[in-house]
Amino acid sequence: MFVWFHKLGSPPHFYQLAGRLLPWVGAACAICLVAGLYLGLFVAPPDYQQGESYRIIYVHVPAAWMSMFIYMVMATAGGIALVWRIKLADLAAEMAAPIGASFTFLALATGSLWGKPMWGTWWVWDARLTSELILLFLYLGYMALRSAIENPQTAARAAAILALVGVVNIPIIHYSVEWWYTLHQPATVTKFDKPSIVWEMLLPLLLMALAFKLLFAYLLMYKMRTEVLVREQKSGWVKQRLEANN
Amino acid sequence: MREFLEMGGYATYVWTSYGLTFAVLAANLIAARNKRRLVHQQLLRRLQSEEQ
Repeated sequence: MFVWFHKLGSPPHFYQLAGRLLPWVGAACAICLVAGLYLGLFVAPPDYQQGESYRIIYVHVPAAWMSMFIYMVMATAGGIALVWRIKLADLAAEMAAPIGASFTFLALATGSLWGKPMWGTWWVWDARLTSELILLFLYLGYMALRSAIENPQTAARAAAILALVGVVNIPIIHYSVEWWYTLHQPATVTKFDKPSIVWEMLLPLLLMALAFKLLFAYLLMYKMRTEVLVREQKSGWVKQRLEANN
Repeated sequence: MREFLEMGGYATYVWTSYGLTFAVLAANLIAARNKRRLVHQQLLRRLQSEEQ
């Protein structure tokens, strides 16, 4: 187990393993995406209250889940880098931030596009919407802080601390719909009793969520593979890799 | 087909949401690929100049 961890933490081993995993993750993502889109747009019945407009759920909710999931990945990786000084963990945190910001932006934008026809407004300062907007600013602040500090080690530590402090926002986002019962509807799926959604509507939602998770895994590994070459460019294995051209 | 595209009158909202989502995700993938190409080129060039 420890040997395995040690190997995974070594850049050349990570580079090779991620390179082998990438095509499989990509293929699985494409399958889930096609199946989720087909079931969500063609098979799932219209909602009895919202008609066809509810189909935005299949991009909105998975994007919102990803925005929180990636934040936790980023903060955890930052914490690991802070405590154990594992270079790959810091790399993962840095590469995850723009992907997380993208999903947060999408959650906000698609939510706005769903809010206009259903609530009659693009935006309200509801607790859920406001805390999700704060999440976007946390991602942007993280990225800005990293690029503002020149020393890479100081930048990594400062950014990791910012990310860890920002974790407090995650439960606020999750419980905001219960603590301040305003406009955003409460959770449909992520609650302990049975989800209040029929099977034909739930399956495409789960497939889209899985597709987004796999896409995140793909993007993260892909970007880390690129960046690890830059950071390790002085070591022999990078030269070998470049000469072998893969 | 036309009925499907109209989305019960919500076409603008539904298709803008889907379009935006795929545009942003595709942009992430394209940016990652371009960055990889650039890094490969730069590192290869450096490697070649070191060897000469």
